[in-house]
Amino acid sequence: MSVELSPMILAIFLPLFGAIVAFLMPRMAALIGLGTLAMTTGAVIWLAHEVLVTGAVVLPLGGWGAPLGIDLRADGLSVAMLTLTSAVGFLVSIAALDSLKGADQVRQRQYFWPLWLLLLTGMNGVYLSTDIFNLYVMIEVIALAAVGLTVLSGSRAALQAGLEYMYASILGALLFLMGVGFVYLQLGRLDFAGLSGAAPTGALVAALALIFVGLALKTALFPLHFWLPAAHANATAPASALLSGLVVKAALYIVLRLAQYMPFPSENLLTLVGLMGAGAVIWGGVQALRAERLKLLVAWSTVAQIGLIFVAFARAGELGLTESWKAAALLILAHGIAKAAMFLAAGRIKDEIGHDVIRDLDRTPIRPTLAQFTFALAAISLIGLPPSLGFIGKWALMEGAMAAGYWHWVAVTMVGTLLSVAYFSRVFAGFLRFDRVRAPVGEHQGWALADAAPLTLALMAIGLGLLAAPLLSFLEIGYPFGVAP
Amino acid sequence: MTPDLIYGLTGIAVFGIGLVGALCAQDRLRRVLALKLCSVGAGFLLVVGAWREPPATPDPVPHALVITGIVVMVSATAVALALIRRLQTLEATDER
Repeated sequence: MSVELSPMILAIFLPLFGAIVAFLMPRMAALIGLGTLAMTTGAVIWLAHEVLVTGAVVLPLGGWGAPLGIDLRADGLSVAMLTLTSAVGFLVSIAALDSLKGADQVRQRQYFWPLWLLLLTGMNGVYLSTDIFNLYVMIEVIALAAVGLTVLSGSRAALQAGLEYMYASILGALLFLMGVGFVYLQLGRLDFAGLSGAAPTGALVAALALIFVGLALKTALFPLHFWLPAAHANATAPASALLSGLVVKAALYIVLRLAQYMPFPSENLLTLVGLMGAGAVIWGGVQALRAERLKLLVAWSTVAQIGLIFVAFARAGELGLTESWKAAALLILAHGIAKAAMFLAAGRIKDEIGHDVIRDLDRTPIRPTLAQFTFALAAISLIGLPPSLGFIGKWALMEGAMAAGYWHWVAVTMVGTLLSVAYFSRVFAGFLRFDRVRAPVGEHQGWALADAAPLTLALMAIGLGLLAAPLLSFLEIGYPFGVAP
Repeated sequence: MTPDLIYGLTGIAVFGIGLVGALCAQDRLRRVLALKLCSVGAGFLLVVGAWREPPATPDPVPHALVITGIVVMVSATAVALALIRRLQTLEATDER
């Protein structure tokens, strides 16, 4: 048995050890965190190179191989998700250095890094797993770390939201575990290769439905989204960016993966998924219109965007699933980058002007201009204006829906887009009407080095739209899946 | 009624009671306990599913799943209880 160093092992174990070391040495947590993140990003780049050169890579852990052992597998979609996590995570970490620097934030500084590295362990694990039970363990690692990040600020509102999140997360995990158990009792296998090609019997469909409901709770798909707005709105800015940009994507990714391996049980169920997505688009949009605080508006926009991703998933029916997952994946990437940028920008605005009441955004002498600009750029991608990545995702969604003649999904997307223009305009109006309060000349314009990280993210969200073609061909590497050797 | 059916239905009933409690209970601690009940029901179901008519031995894999589930549930409960304690402390100081 040869001991071979693989970037997949590094991508999971580096952040795990980093989290432990950062917890043991709280004074150096930031340094350890950034160092670990840099090394993990290096491992992801190494893995991306391998996948580009040789196609999908499979690593049987301990040389056992599936179904007895556990395989790790990386293909275009996994590497795209890993890269999203590393890139967004790195920039959010840099932003966290600044936003957690206050003298009263010592505890937050100490605990942010171990929790975030633990979160990274779980997410990298999800993106590399090929085994549904392994996925269960990884989403639990994510859930515990994510709840910790939610309550980082220690405020009462954050604790209450974190507790709600914990309840939803536990219930989702139990449903997922039951589903996994039933799948095993039906098929006798837990690895993806063993699941592919299984006949969709009634019992198997019921097991998959349990798994789906569990994942829908974790990713906050309407009507199971009740915990998300409070949790994401009350966390500190870097934690919100991680939760909204990255954490909900892990469960979404699992849905995409399972749909690739298992025949989707029926057209009606897929339509139901699309309808839940449509409900989220509309309900999330309406609630964002009514939100009084900037961060709450951004959190409701996450609910709407997750719905849109499920609409993309269902856009062309059962037969179209072989293509639809790509539209969903593009939207996942676009939302991950843009939403992280937007939450960081909202946090910066709140730090500079001291509050985030939307109605009073235009009544402040300080103008955090660069943070406002970042917020607007991120909004452009979330609304889906060209040439942003969000535009490419929505375009792929509508193109597929039109080709399949599913015009109702096009209508839902249009309504969602209009709603997002409407609710983001409420914020822009506050940014632009700056003659309401006159400030002395030479006032602090409220932009600082701390704006660099969110601005970079927002520029990425816009600029990556120009690279859509190579991105799409990268996503296709290793698809359709061969049976693991 | 075979024994595994009786046990299976019991598992579903326990899970259901827990689910109702988790969704409807007002008290925070009660909801944690309800979720614990859910997990007991789920574990029960999986263990029953692994059962085989006696001379055959039960399938060990679902047992392994249940043990992992128990470990996860213990840590999740610990986090939930810690959050509840912290909230109660905050509320107590607010009222004073």
